[in-house]
Amino acid sequence: MHPNRLIAPVLTLLFSVSAHAAEVSVAVAANFTAPMNAIAAEFTKDTGHIAKPAFGATGKFYAQIKNGAPFQMLLSADDETPARLVQEGLADPASRFTYAIGTLVLWSAQPGYVDAQASVLKKNQFNKLALANPKLAPYGKAAVEVLTGMGLIDAVTPKFVQGENIAQTFQFASTGNAELGFVALSQVMKDGKIANGSAWIVPAKLHTPIRQDAVILAAGKGNAAAEALMKYLKGDKAKAIINSYGYEI
Amino acid sequence: MGFSDADLAAIWLTLRLAGVTTALLLLVGTPIAWWLARTRSGWKGPVGAVVALPLVLPPTVIGFYLLVSMGPNGPVGQFTQSLGLGVLPFTFAGLVVASVFYSLPFVVQPLQNAFEAIGERPLEAAATLRASPLDTFFSVVLPLARPGYLTASVLGFAHTVGEFGVVLMIGGNIPGVTRVVSVQIYDHVEALEYAEAHWLAATMLAFSFLVLLALYTLNPTGRRR
Repeated sequence: MHPNRLIAPVLTLLFSVSAHAAEVSVAVAANFTAPMNAIAAEFTKDTGHIAKPAFGATGKFYAQIKNGAPFQMLLSADDETPARLVQEGLADPASRFTYAIGTLVLWSAQPGYVDAQASVLKKNQFNKLALANPKLAPYGKAAVEVLTGMGLIDAVTPKFVQGENIAQTFQFASTGNAELGFVALSQVMKDGKIANGSAWIVPAKLHTPIRQDAVILAAGKGNAAAEALMKYLKGDKAKAIINSYGYEI
Repeated sequence: MGFSDADLAAIWLTLRLAGVTTALLLLVGTPIAWWLARTRSGWKGPVGAVVALPLVLPPTVIGFYLLVSMGPNGPVGQFTQSLGLGVLPFTFAGLVVASVFYSLPFVVQPLQNAFEAIGERPLEAAATLRASPLDTFFSVVLPLARPGYLTASVLGFAHTVGEFGVVLMIGGNIPGVTRVVSVQIYDHVEALEYAEAHWLAATMLAFSFLVLLALYTLNPTGRRR
């Protein structure tokens, strides 16, 4: 490549970063960790703004935001938490939108353990089934709906091990401590396919859609980077990244 | 308002875990503390350091390594599987193993201090009276080390009751098996059930204060550990 062709974009980048770079600190649901890291990198490249994500359980973020945590934006794992924050005057109602619809997957670290009919669940010969705490996490709630719908809930409840969020649930399954886990497709998908182990992608009709909403919080009002990130999430580039991790949108 | 059945189950489980752990710790901790107090071996430093590790390591480190090593592909996990015991994470036995390791310094260090404080003379006196080493231990050492045992039991018990991070990482939050009080409080807080959280949290606070108050009032020598 000719040096001149390199200089122009570099200058543009430097200029845009120094001229009007703003920062936004974003609380991000644990299931969205991988796509958010990818999006944040592209976001900075394209806009010069910086997104600083903190990953964790949505319920914990809610409690922290209510008690004055300095997050300016929330990418929630559900649609209830942003709605509640709006209702309590802690978030900007106009900014709320669905940035991703989560896909639930039954996953095992062992190749060939889970087939496309999920017969492993019906046979019920496993020891432990990991899922996110259904009281706290939407993916856990969806998993319970699926098991209830399949008529298996009573049989498998004694085998539950609960993660406090979806990241810990994945950790239980990936270390093999639980043979099976209901996790987010985003956690096991890389470049459009299941990266390792074996999985059953749960049909969306078996549970209430896991709508994940984003909202600008009171602390982020008027923050240029927050508004830019909102806009960026709705753009094609972000959508392509989000889709590549197995989310609908 | 008060405790729900789930809260009571968590309290009972926690007391059971702390009781079993403390009993095991006194059994395991006594020989370790005795050896540390008497030895002139070059291993005294390394062994003492390993025993004290849980004092400085974050529970995330201990929990992570326990989860990986006790899992089906870890060395401890392969050993327990070869014995036909299955794997330890998500079981009561697993929590006991983790707690014994996690609370080890709280039991070994007071015992070691108590043994060291006894010194050589009572042991020599017992030996001249032809007491066997075992007889010496039960008739001379144990009575003299009683304050150390009280401190060790109370601290071991209380520290296990107060355990959280390790249990969270290897417990899997199973009601009646691994859902201890600290995890139950965490769940209440996460689910915004602040009233329920307050009940358990205040009980825990009162319990911990009373235990330590009793220890420091009844056993002034217990202040050293």
